[in-house]
Amino acid sequence: MSAARAAGILLAKELRVEFRTRELLSATIVFALVVVVLFSFAFDPTAAESRRYGPGLLWISFLFAGSLMLNPSFARERTNDTMDALRMAPISPFAILSAKMLANFIFMSLVEVVLVPVFSVLYNVSLSGIVCRLVLVLALGTVGLTVAGTVFSAISSHARLRELLLPLLLLPILTPLLIGAVEATASLFVDQPELDRTWLALLAGFDIVFLTASWLLCDYLIEE
Amino acid sequence: MPATRSTPALASSSVGISFTGVEKRFGSFVALRGISMGILPGEFVALLGPNGAGKTTLLRIAALLASPTRGKVQFSNGGSSHPARDLHTKSLLGMVGHNTLLYDELTAAENLALFAQLYGLDDASMRVTTALESCGLGSRARSLVRTFSRGMRQRLSIARALLHAPRLLLLDEPGAGLDRQGLDWLNATLERLRQDGCTVLMSTHARNESLELATRAVVLSAGSVQDDSGPGGDPRSLLAALRAGA
Repeated sequence: MSAARAAGILLAKELRVEFRTRELLSATIVFALVVVVLFSFAFDPTAAESRRYGPGLLWISFLFAGSLMLNPSFARERTNDTMDALRMAPISPFAILSAKMLANFIFMSLVEVVLVPVFSVLYNVSLSGIVCRLVLVLALGTVGLTVAGTVFSAISSHARLRELLLPLLLLPILTPLLIGAVEATASLFVDQPELDRTWLALLAGFDIVFLTASWLLCDYLIEE
Repeated sequence: MPATRSTPALASSSVGISFTGVEKRFGSFVALRGISMGILPGEFVALLGPNGAGKTTLLRIAALLASPTRGKVQFSNGGSSHPARDLHTKSLLGMVGHNTLLYDELTAAENLALFAQLYGLDDASMRVTTALESCGLGSRARSLVRTFSRGMRQRLSIARALLHAPRLLLLDEPGAGLDRQGLDWLNATLERLRQDGCTVLMSTHARNESLELATRAVVLSAGSVQDDSGPGGDPRSLLAALRAGA
């Protein structure tokens, strides 16, 4: 069986389990909304301040929400040792990893679909005319976040203090991605928005590096 | 629970497995100390020993879920102990572990269908239906596994392990949690697998009645083979001695 087909079967399983329980999505969306709303009340930013600090705030919300969501990604396979069943199946380890990555990407994208309009209203940031470019930045940033996050979720799932370990491992690694995403988003929030290709290239480069690394190291990541 | 329909017809070739100087360490703790033995295709081996003897570790190594720290594992089909890419050997193995290896948030049918798809079975839907009927869960096919009792989960776990007609079956205390009816079904299923020539390596305790099916008994103690009735030998005297001492 091809890795793509196996990944498709496992992705369908991930989506079915999540949409049946809604454990990850509901907790993550509520958490991200609380962060954005609390900052809005704490700072009561003007339109100019929103344009200046908004991109950082938006991406920090995504980052915190992501670290909350990514942790159970592999950890919940330990409940009944279902990871053992997947590891025994005649499929490529990359199929297991890529199904998790795709599922996390879809879940994070759903969080962003909810969060960005709320952010736009609360922080008085107009999205008209920049939606397509913003979607591109969000997509590249989210790919990096979910790919790296899934890799580190697989690593930390073996640890007893995995809830603590994942953010400790993940946040420093995501610093370049965060800088690129914030700068690219900030370039869209100005009066005359123009997407900065340097930051876009950084995001794409980060995604490619982590996707390649996860493909090369998948055997070790999925091993016990 | 009709036992005779629990799996599809098995292919003719069984898979044997040999362990050569297999050692497994967890930090400073030595779980297995140089295990060397060969299990021939078609043998039904009972793996006995006290808690902590290394039975589960040996089964996990045989299932390609763990790598030996030292030593070598070889399968009679030519597969070896480096697990990640040996997809052909993986397709021949089946395992019932301490845990059920099932998703609580999927139904019984969805769990079996998932693994039928992952094993690339052509007639997946028919196999799932047959497996559920045979383990007595046909009427609960659409129920979530988290609503099942321990015994029902164990039956489904065994049905999952047999779904792809494995040629080397690894069982870690398969009777755990089963009631009388479930144990009868398990014994009938194992009897049929033995007749079909499937190789079975089963960890259990000395009073388990499934032991009557064993063609060989191996006793582990502190990570080493303490006693082995050998291939073709009679395990009954060894089992009787263990029962007397148990």
